[in-house]
Amino acid sequence: MFENFVNLWHGFGIAADPFNILLMAVGILLGVIIGVLPGLGGANGVAILLPLTFSMSPTSAIILLTCIYWGALFGGAITSVLFNIPGEPWSVATTFDGHPMARSGRAGEALTAAFTSSFVGAFVAIVMITMIAPLVAQFALRFGPAEKFAVYFLAFASFVGMSKEPPAKTVVSMMIGFALAAVGLDMVTGQLRLTFGSEELLNGFDFLIAVIGLFGIGEILLTMEEGLEFRGKAAKIDAKVVWHTWKTLPKYWATSLRSCVIGCWMGITPAGATPASFMAYGVAKRVSKTGKNFGNGEIEGVIAPETAAHAAGTSAMLPMLALGVPGSPTAAVLLGGLLIWGLQPGPMLFVEQSEFVWGLIASMYLGNIVGLILVLTTVPLFASILRIPFSIIAPVILVICAIGAYTVNNNVFDVVMMLVFGVIGYVLKKTNYPLAPLVLAIVLGDSAEEAFRQSLLGSAGSLSVFWSTPLVATIMGIGLLAGVWPLISNLISRVRGVAQPA
Amino acid sequence: MKNFHALGLGTLTALGLAAMSILPAAAEWKPTKPVEFIVPAGTGGGADQMARTLQGIIAKHELMSTQLIVINKSGGAGGEGFLDVKNNKGNPHKIVITLSNLFTTPLATGIPFNWKDMTPVAMLALDEFVLWVNASEPYKTAQEYTAAIKAAPDGTFKMGGTGSKQEDQIITVAFEKAVGKKMTYIPYKGGGEVAVQLVGGHINSSVNNPIEAVSQWRGDKLRPLCVFDEKTLPYTDKILGDLSWSSVPTCKSAGVDVEYLMLRGIFMPPGVTDEQVAYFVDLFKKVRETPEWKQLMKDGAFNQTFMAGAEFKDWLTKAEATHKGLMQEAGFIAAAN
Repeated sequence: MFENFVNLWHGFGIAADPFNILLMAVGILLGVIIGVLPGLGGANGVAILLPLTFSMSPTSAIILLTCIYWGALFGGAITSVLFNIPGEPWSVATTFDGHPMARSGRAGEALTAAFTSSFVGAFVAIVMITMIAPLVAQFALRFGPAEKFAVYFLAFASFVGMSKEPPAKTVVSMMIGFALAAVGLDMVTGQLRLTFGSEELLNGFDFLIAVIGLFGIGEILLTMEEGLEFRGKAAKIDAKVVWHTWKTLPKYWATSLRSCVIGCWMGITPAGATPASFMAYGVAKRVSKTGKNFGNGEIEGVIAPETAAHAAGTSAMLPMLALGVPGSPTAAVLLGGLLIWGLQPGPMLFVEQSEFVWGLIASMYLGNIVGLILVLTTVPLFASILRIPFSIIAPVILVICAIGAYTVNNNVFDVVMMLVFGVIGYVLKKTNYPLAPLVLAIVLGDSAEEAFRQSLLGSAGSLSVFWSTPLVATIMGIGLLAGVWPLISNLISRVRGVAQPA
Repeated sequence: MKNFHALGLGTLTALGLAAMSILPAAAEWKPTKPVEFIVPAGTGGGADQMARTLQGIIAKHELMSTQLIVINKSGGAGGEGFLDVKNNKGNPHKIVITLSNLFTTPLATGIPFNWKDMTPVAMLALDEFVLWVNASEPYKTAQEYTAAIKAAPDGTFKMGGTGSKQEDQIITVAFEKAVGKKMTYIPYKGGGEVAVQLVGGHINSSVNNPIEAVSQWRGDKLRPLCVFDEKTLPYTDKILGDLSWSSVPTCKSAGVDVEYLMLRGIFMPPGVTDEQVAYFVDLFKKVRETPEWKQLMKDGAFNQTFMAGAEFKDWLTKAEATHKGLMQEAGFIAAAN
């Protein structure tokens, strides 16, 4: 481990070069812009800028590109909080409490909490990478299809029963999501399903299109109905909001710590940032004293998912470097970049290219610090967007949404789909069906199904594969427990309720 | 790295001179706006990596007067990308890179396209396939591995691969036929994931492309047993100890008579002029002379056959027939066909 610190110190020497610091600032700013525009997302942003980096040294190039990635992560929170439009899958859980906060005039607070928690999550994950990189990479190898399915199962299970709506409505919403996720190519048989001969449906329903429609357009429709009044209007802009919010944050250290652990764990087991954010939100809701108020603008409901998402997003870099498995589309594009710069990710990267690896890790520390300073200074600026009258901002959001939906696959059909999802979102909200389970199912449905069927192929159809090793059995056990917990707690309270009068 | 750059500069100068001498012939048609480069697969895969490398090489050496923009259209096992090219009749500002799904997707899914619906430009290279096992397994040769498969009941050994009813599964079926035992085929999304599942011991073997698994070999986690080609690979750079790509025997020599190579080729929409095709053939000839391209070929142990025109069309006709035969035998053809 001591050797790691020597290497890291050397890495700081490389990353702290003035040119590299400049690249970090440029990268973060570009990333924030990319993150703010829904649909453009980190993967596209990195892909567009990748060719520009071919003339740089690999270390400078990866610093620029990863900083775009960090910037996009920060930026995704901005639209989630202000307009209820998550730019990336892992920002969905941030909207649950972030947007209600913005509506009640606490946008600045919500943004500060989101940015700071992102930073904390990422920082803890980097420290972990520094300390135990090789061990962690080994652990990731133990995840076959059965283990992966167990993790997805846990994510779904910990979500059931956490919404305010009746469980039946949650399940209905989740099932609609699974059905939508099934459209397109069936990976296991190589056959098309539910496309009804339509060429447009070959690609299935992209998560981003669904989310931009369900949340963004649905929100605009609701607001229009309620009289064209953007309820965040009353927001008072206070330059000291950052400082005031910071004073309250240490109170939530337990939530942060829990979310960091969930995030790091989910990032390494290559399940990724999205289940991490949902799981952290679910756990925080259950454990917190103010859990009942989640969904109405609790600051803890912003801290939990943001911390976990960034801890996961950052620790997901480790399997990419050490094993060559990209944990996210953005990581996949970065992986392509590594190959072009002549670097082979894999077990030997840490040995053969130690200067590059430790330069990168050092740049993660510095990049996140630079990023935090940059985004925090812009909080009052972004919060003041809410003071623009809704009749002006709504068409702008609509146009941005449409551009975002188009960029996902360069397809006009997606823009139409976005509008359809907008109407669906509006109807679901009016009838009190929760949107979150639907979104979770669209995002993870495909991967969960794939892992489930891969496991069964391997075990020749026997379900015992999910109990075959201590690792998978433990995760499945926790998942089952989380799934039936509402019943158990109901039972306990009933038993107590009966016991008391007697 | 420094040597690499110096080499790049030298070749660049030479290339500039060479480019000037062929300029008059190629100046007849030139792109007037950015060219879309369609990748009928997701980001990070083999085709995507090659397309992005091409984009980088073309930008760095300024081989094109306008920009080349890579766009992934991976829906329906790549069908989305090929349909886009097919439906853009006469548009010279669009090219597409292929993988085996050019042949397998229409056959397996019934999505209506065929290579004849597009204009063939050039074959850039052929991608090799190698039989891999985990380095901790006792099998040192393909013979030992096939003997173990033969000794066990059907379906005991698990083969992992990319996608379903595509190249990896076609090779697996041919391999099963040669060995005379069934294996359990488990499809994954990408080649990188397959290699890692093999390192983790969740599958017994894979038929990864060289570039997908070479780093795991270098780290002594995976072991190549044989290559599915008619002759051994020409690359002699040391990878692990004294071993290089050239020391991997052919599967045929190990008693498994299976050969398979994957096309990395370029197509244009139908109805483009000969001059427009000639421009891109010329462009990719220039790309092949760059040091970055040569490095990619070496890293991925590619078969560097280059073809254009009638020769390429003949090759495509034969390859299509081969795929149809292989897929028919395996029962992978969609009912619509």
